[in-house]
Amino acid sequence: MPQTLSVLPPEQGVRLITLQRPEALNALNTQLLGELAAELDAAEACADTRAVVITGSLRAFAAGADIKEMAERDLVGILEDPRLAHWQRITRFSKPLIAAVNGFALGGGCELAMHADILIAGEDAQFGQPEINLAIMPGAGGTQRLLRAVGKSLAMQMVLTGEPISARRALEAGLVSEITQPELTVERAVAIARKIAEKAPLAVRLAKEALLKAEDTDLASGLRFERHAFTLLAGTEDRNEGIRAFQEKRKPAYKGR
Amino acid sequence: MSFEHILFTIEQGVATLTLNRPEQLNSFNAQMHKEVREALKQVRQNPEVRCLLITGSGRGFCAGQDLGDRNVAPGAAAPDLGESIEKNYNPLIRALRDLPMPVICAVNGVAAGAGANIALACDITLAAKSASFIQAFCKIGLVPDSGGTWTLPRAVGMARAKALALLGDRLSAEQAEQWGMIWRCVDDAALQDEALKLARQLATQPTYGLALIKRALNASASNSFDAQLDLERDLQRLAGRSEDYREGVAAFMAKRTPEFKGR
Repeated sequence: MPQTLSVLPPEQGVRLITLQRPEALNALNTQLLGELAAELDAAEACADTRAVVITGSLRAFAAGADIKEMAERDLVGILEDPRLAHWQRITRFSKPLIAAVNGFALGGGCELAMHADILIAGEDAQFGQPEINLAIMPGAGGTQRLLRAVGKSLAMQMVLTGEPISARRALEAGLVSEITQPELTVERAVAIARKIAEKAPLAVRLAKEALLKAEDTDLASGLRFERHAFTLLAGTEDRNEGIRAFQEKRKPAYKGR
Repeated sequence: MSFEHILFTIEQGVATLTLNRPEQLNSFNAQMHKEVREALKQVRQNPEVRCLLITGSGRGFCAGQDLGDRNVAPGAAAPDLGESIEKNYNPLIRALRDLPMPVICAVNGVAAGAGANIALACDITLAAKSASFIQAFCKIGLVPDSGGTWTLPRAVGMARAKALALLGDRLSAEQAEQWGMIWRCVDDAALQDEALKLARQLATQPTYGLALIKRALNASASNSFDAQLDLERDLQRLAGRSEDYREGVAAFMAKRTPEFKGR
């Protein structure tokens, strides 16, 4: 049983994971990160889970890493940090991951939100990488994913000044895809996840992989991967079902094969 | 925290915040800002409070910034007024707009500079007949702050907003009412009673629903029509889940007076 998360069993294909360390504004200590990685592994293995929504509280998605824990690690401690392995497991998650972000998403919290494939933010959400204020820097993708999401100038400003941006600014910059009333953020994220959960799982998985390729490869390789993935889908049962159902004007019944 | 420059009471669901430096026309200094912040924090945290009433003591409502705090000695470096706005006025104005309950302002006398714009930031503004509004900033080389350049043109239209801000002329409460800048102008002697009556009445209403109405109307100034329709849908969804909505419908069906709890 995780102690820093609450997890609802999948409903209509969607599993909801809520970060729950209210006393620390959901700061991502090693325990929480490890439990989250384990839950995503479980979701990966669960055929009934087609998409995952991750959220925090209305006050904070996650307000950063655990500073006390970090202070205790020296150079060697950081080299052997188990957190790296947890982050890698979160990165590897192959099903759609949607973040419903309210309140603070700072430091590791912002980096976690950026691990999600789709970000929905409450109007009062704040995104930032304040690590520089502690004479450190983002260490879980903050300098990389942020730049790709919002462009160089804003990413530099955020990382070098440590000042957060508003949900509206995040929407304009492309960091999040929608903003909602804070109370409706989870609902909206779940609705989007349910929509995705109705699609053919293999097509969803390969489409996600292809989109992520766009972030870390050149266009020609990305296009090659896309074509390859596109071809792979031609061999699936669900593709035939999808096309047939469309022609027969009925709802497709996918099997994930 | 005991207050020195404001009076603050909570009674029958109404929090009353009275700016209380009458000799200085209730102008803001650092300590008063601090006290107002603390009072607003209490308003936010106290679930009993369902309406906030702001007024001033003595003959003025609020003369804005206490310039005694801002005197620049000859040859001294220019002050960073932006910092004082960032730290004091903007959080105050945002707090008034974001409070999840109606905020009533009873303008008992002159409201000048930031004082005029605080009155504009409240949800329902009443004024005594002898009260007046002055966008005094232009007289000392400054720009209307505390949201004035945003609220004023939306309240009275661009033509009047520009003249008021560029000339710094005194606008009487009666004119302000005729222009739709404030809700009502009443006899001086009746102001505090009227304001309190209104506040007490609002404090019995479905506060959560009122907070959503306030949110929708505040957002309308910058939303497109389409975005506003979506917002109305979302807020109605939230309102429909409230206890007060249930109570409101039940009372209507049973032809009785609803008892709202504000949630």
